[in-house]
Amino acid sequence: MEVNGETVSRDVEPRLLLAHFLRDVLGLTGTHVGCDTSQCGACTVIQNGKAVKSCTRLAVQSAGTRITTIEGLEEGGQLHPIQSAFKNFHALQCGFCTPGMVMAVWQLLQRHPVPTLDQTKHGLEGNICRCTGYVNIFKAVDSLGMSNTRGSETL
Amino acid sequence: MYPARFDYIRPTTIDEVLDALSTREDCKLLAGGHSLLPLMKHRLASPECLIDLQDVPALKGISIDDDEIHVGAFTCHVEVETSAELERVCPLLARTASRIGDPQVRNCGTIGGSLVHADPAADYPAAILLLEAEFVCVGRGGVRRIPARDWFLEMMTTAIQSDEVLTHVCIRRRTIPAGAVYLKWPHPASGLAMVGVAASITLDEERRIQDARLAVTGLAEMPFRAYALEQWLVGAVCDNVPEFPDDGFTGISIIEEALMTASQRLDLCKIMIRKAMMASIADQSPQIVD
Repeated sequence: MEVNGETVSRDVEPRLLLAHFLRDVLGLTGTHVGCDTSQCGACTVIQNGKAVKSCTRLAVQSAGTRITTIEGLEEGGQLHPIQSAFKNFHALQCGFCTPGMVMAVWQLLQRHPVPTLDQTKHGLEGNICRCTGYVNIFKAVDSLGMSNTRGSETL
Repeated sequence: MYPARFDYIRPTTIDEVLDALSTREDCKLLAGGHSLLPLMKHRLASPECLIDLQDVPALKGISIDDDEIHVGAFTCHVEVETSAELERVCPLLARTASRIGDPQVRNCGTIGGSLVHADPAADYPAAILLLEAEFVCVGRGGVRRIPARDWFLEMMTTAIQSDEVLTHVCIRRRTIPAGAVYLKWPHPASGLAMVGVAASITLDEERRIQDARLAVTGLAEMPFRAYALEQWLVGAVCDNVPEFPDDGFTGISIIEEALMTASQRLDLCKIMIRKAMMASIADQSPQIVD
């Protein structure tokens, strides 16, 4: 498996979830386990360019794929534009949903570089936030759309 | 939460899949995993072996010829949702797929996995019943093509045998009705269909119903075609459809749950059917003529 650009190889039990592989075996604890029932999206990572809920994948299922976690977004110590937008628009409070939300926004912008509010809401249906009431998240996404390709050119 | 221990294999051909099914005890086929893995994490299912189908190319892809649409069982919902060809020839299927779960779920979940799992609140079954699709099941004994009306046997039980694999869902193009829509009343928490209705209504010149197809998911233990109601609707003036007869819904085991009683759910279903009928009439587009 390639994780954040690095090839990794481990022996694991088939029943090890991808989320636990990333967190407990690789020590990448940015990916969070929230509901553990495939609803909240806090565990969202990118696999071969698509957002997936890592609590509902076996690590062995994802063998041979290319995974990007929240840790893989920053470049040379600089926040990714999505992370900057979340910071600037106060789109997080406790931060628990945030890694998954950011990865879902990454996918949203892949599909809709300048998303409408409806497209944003639809694109983030798989992510639950209990703090922000979503409004600032939508503002952050809107700002990324307004800055046009900046959201996607580094991806 | 995590599942009980199991063995895991990844065959690459249908033959290898069938071999595994016939030689190993207590195995389950794994497609997208978004129905099976949650069950296994709750320990509601603990198969001894998982057969991962993701490397079997014969199960993948959408192909469309003059007569039929073939959707490989391991086709993810997002592929069905975004297929331009499918949107052109069978928009009902593509649009139903877009209502399933959420973007992450649609990236993993598959049409085959969903239809074999047969959750009573799943979305595809309504479209599949309306489209009168057929299920291609392959076993050591040969290939069976099972019509949709014979697919759902009991709650979460389908006609597939334990030593078979679903390879394709097929839709005959000439039976695709015009103006077919899928309307869903989602559960506010889970997003599953509390009631989901697929409808296709055709009218004559005097706006009387000439033909009606109605398929319902979510309401009952199994999805169903409302055949009695379809018959009853023929001849009704579409702008003035009377109240549905009570016997339109006999024999249906309505699921009772926390948000609504069975009686309330039936009322919701009737409302959704009317809305779906109106949406179908509004959506009518010219028949595709090749």
